[in-house]
Amino acid sequence: MEAAGESLRDTELRLGLPGTDAPEKPASTVTRGGKRALPEDDEEGYAKSNKSSSEEEQGEGDLCCQEPPAAKAQVVGWPPIRSYRKNSLHARKVEGEAAGLYVKVSMDGAPYLRKIDLKVYKGYKELREALDDMFKCFSLGEFPRKEGCSGSEYAITYEDKDGDLMLVGDVPWEMFISSCRRLRIMKGSEARGLGSRH
Amino acid sequence: MTYFPEEVVEHIFDFVGSHRDRNTVSTVCKAWYQVERLSRRTVFVGNCYAIGPERVMARFPGINSLSVKGKPHFADFNLVPYDWGGFALPWIVAAARLCPGLEELRLKRMVVTDDGLELLARSFPNFKSLVLISCEGFSTDGLAAIATYCRGLRELDLQENEVEDHGCQWLSFFPDSCTSLVSLNFGCLKGEVNGGALERLVARCPNLRSLKLSPAVSVESLNKILARASHLVDLGTGSFAVDHRTDVYHTLMNSFPKFKSLRNLSGFWDASPCCLRAVYPVCTSLTVLNLSYAPAIQGDDLIKIICLCFKLQKLWVLDSIGDKGLAVVASTCKELQELRVFPCDIYGAGTTSVTEEGLLAVSSGCPKLNSLLYFCYQMTNAALITVAKNCPHFTRFRLCILDPGKPDPVTNQPLDEGFGAIVRSCKNIRRLSLSGRLTDQVFLYIGMYAERLEMLSIAFAGDSDKGMIYVLNGCKNLRKLEIRDCPFGDIALLKNVAKYETMRSLWMSSCDVTLGGCKALAAKMPRLNVEIINENEETYEFEENLSDRHKLEKIYVYRTVAGPRNDAPDFVWTL
Repeated sequence: MEAAGESLRDTELRLGLPGTDAPEKPASTVTRGGKRALPEDDEEGYAKSNKSSSEEEQGEGDLCCQEPPAAKAQVVGWPPIRSYRKNSLHARKVEGEAAGLYVKVSMDGAPYLRKIDLKVYKGYKELREALDDMFKCFSLGEFPRKEGCSGSEYAITYEDKDGDLMLVGDVPWEMFISSCRRLRIMKGSEARGLGSRH
Repeated sequence: MTYFPEEVVEHIFDFVGSHRDRNTVSTVCKAWYQVERLSRRTVFVGNCYAIGPERVMARFPGINSLSVKGKPHFADFNLVPYDWGGFALPWIVAAARLCPGLEELRLKRMVVTDDGLELLARSFPNFKSLVLISCEGFSTDGLAAIATYCRGLRELDLQENEVEDHGCQWLSFFPDSCTSLVSLNFGCLKGEVNGGALERLVARCPNLRSLKLSPAVSVESLNKILARASHLVDLGTGSFAVDHRTDVYHTLMNSFPKFKSLRNLSGFWDASPCCLRAVYPVCTSLTVLNLSYAPAIQGDDLIKIICLCFKLQKLWVLDSIGDKGLAVVASTCKELQELRVFPCDIYGAGTTSVTEEGLLAVSSGCPKLNSLLYFCYQMTNAALITVAKNCPHFTRFRLCILDPGKPDPVTNQPLDEGFGAIVRSCKNIRRLSLSGRLTDQVFLYIGMYAERLEMLSIAFAGDSDKGMIYVLNGCKNLRKLEIRDCPFGDIALLKNVAKYETMRSLWMSSCDVTLGGCKALAAKMPRLNVEIINENEETYEFEENLSDRHKLEKIYVYRTVAGPRNDAPDFVWTL
C-alpha cells in the first residue's frame, strides 16, 4: 500500500525541484508572482528564495515539474513589454489567424471538402493551379483560367470577412488573403448570377 | 560674482544648460536664486506629485518649455491601476494662468483629456510643440482642437499613446494657413486616416522633416506623400504591405532613391519582405532603423537589409533576427550605439530567438555600443563577463530573460557574477534592469560598484532584506528604484529611510512589506508620500481593521513638497 502510494507520489504533479518534498501549504496564487519558500534541504541552496511558480519548470528533463504553459501567461506585467507593443503585435497576429490562412475549399458536387493554406501561394495563378490539381480527380470540368466566369463551367468564389460571397480575382492578392474565410467552387449555372447576392 | 550687474550674471547663466546645474546654481545665494529663476526657460518635473504646478510656475514665470511625468514606470506593464492618477489638467490650467508664453509641453505617462487639449490649444498663442508619450484619456477630438487653434504649431509628436478614435477628420482641422509643421508623429493612432487631408497637409509644410504615419495609412497614400516630402529626415511608414504585382508597389520601389536626407526609418507595420526592398537605396545613410513592428520580416530578410546599414547608430528589431542576424549586425554596424531586441512571441517556447551568442557577437563587433535592451530566453555568466569586458561604455543595460528567475543554463548558477561584471566594468552605467536567477550577492556588487546608477529595476530576485539594503546603502546617485516579486520586507524598507528623500521614487509590488512597516516609514519621513495601492476590494472597505502585519500588494513612495495628493482614488491610501 505504502509502495503504491510512494510511486503515486513520484508521478504526482507538484511545484518543486526534483528530489524535494512538496510543501505543506498550498502554493500561493500565481497572480501574486506565486512566491513560496523552497524546502531547506534544497540541493541548489536556494532555500530562502521566493520564486514564482512559473519559474519552477526549469525544463531539466523532469516532466513532473512542468507547469502548464498557461501559467506563464498569467504573471501580470511579465515580460516587461509595454502594453502598447503587446497589443500591436498581438492584434496583428490575431488578425492573421482570424483571417483564415488555412481555409476550407468546397466544390459543388464533390463529396468532401479540402483545406489549403493561402500563404503558400504567391498569387491568383498559383491558387487556380493548385485548386485545379486538387479537384481534378473529380473530373468536373476545366477551371476558369481568366478572371470572371465567362465561357467556363465553374467559378471560384470566396466568402469574405463580412460573410459576402465574392468572385475570386477582383482585389489585390494581399487584400484577398487577408479577407478570405473560405473558398467555394461554384457550378457555372449558379455562378453566372454572381453580382447579385444569392 | 555678486558685484556684477544682474544682466551679466544672467548672461553667464545662459551657458548653464542642464537642469541639475541650474538647480545647483540657484542654491548658491539669494541673488543667484533670483536671477536663475527669472531666466529659467525650461523646467522638467520628474514626478507630477512631487510639487504643485502653481508653485513651479510662481518660481519660474518665464518658462516656455515644460516637461512633466506622471505614473510610475511599471504602469507600462499594467502594474498600476487604470485610474491611479497623473492628471495633466492641473498643469495645463496653471500654465494657462501663469505662463501664457508657453511654447513647448512634454507629458509622459499622464492622463490627458480632450478638455485639457482644448484648453492648451486656446491658451498659448506661441505654442509650438506638443509631445505626448504613453499618455491616455484623450481622443481624436482633442487632436482636432490642437490642429484648429495652435497657429504656428511646429511639432505634434504622439508616441505610444492610447487614443480613442472619434473619426478620421482631425487632420482636416489644420487650416490651410498652417504651413509651419516640422514634425508630425501620429503612429499610435488606430483609426482611419483621411488620406487626402494628410497629403495636402504634407504638401503645404515645406519645413517638414519628421513624419510618422499610423498603420492605417496605405502604401498608396504613402507614395503620394513621399512625392511631396523629399526633405524628410525621419520617416515612419504606415502599413507597408502591398501586392507586388500592382502599380502601387512599383511606385513604392521608385520612391526612396531621391531621399538624400533620410536618416531615420520606422513604422513598417505589417511590412512584407518584398516591400522592404523599397528602402534599400537609403539604407547606406540610415542612422536609425526600427523594424520592431514588422513580425513578417524573418531572419534572412532582416540580414539583407542590415548588410547595407553600415552607418547605423540605433537599431530596434524583433528577436526573429536570431543570433545569426546579430552576427551580421556586429560585422556591419560599427557605429552602433543602441540596440533593442524585442520578443516576437511572448508566450511561446522561443524557437527562433536570440541567446547569449547574439549579444556576445554584438558586444565584440560594435565598440560604441552604450545602450541595450535585450529580451532572450537564456543568458550565461561567461557571456555577460565577456560583454562587460568588450563594452565598458554601457550607460543603459536592460536584460530581460523571459523565464523569471532562470539561472545560467550551462552552470546552473545564478547570474550574480555576470551582472557584477557589468557594473564593475561599466563605470558610467545609469540605468540597469536585472533578470534571471539572482541572489543577494548581485545587489552587493551593485551597491559597491554602480556609483553612477540612477535607475534600477528588479524582478523575481534576491534572497533576503540584505539585497535591498546593499542597494540603498550603496548607490549614491540612485533616483528610481522599482522592485517586484522580491523577498524584501520591512527591515529593508526601514533600514535607510533618509535615502528616499534623495531619490525620486520607490516602487515595490508583490514583496514582503507590511502595513506596519509603511506606517513606520510615513511617520519617520513626513516629506515622503507613502502610497498604498490596494486593489483587493475586500480589504479596503475595512481599512481600520487591517492588521499591521498585513502584507501590502503595491506601494509607491516618493518625495514631495506638496503633501498627500488630493486626487487619489479610493484604492490609494497615503499614509
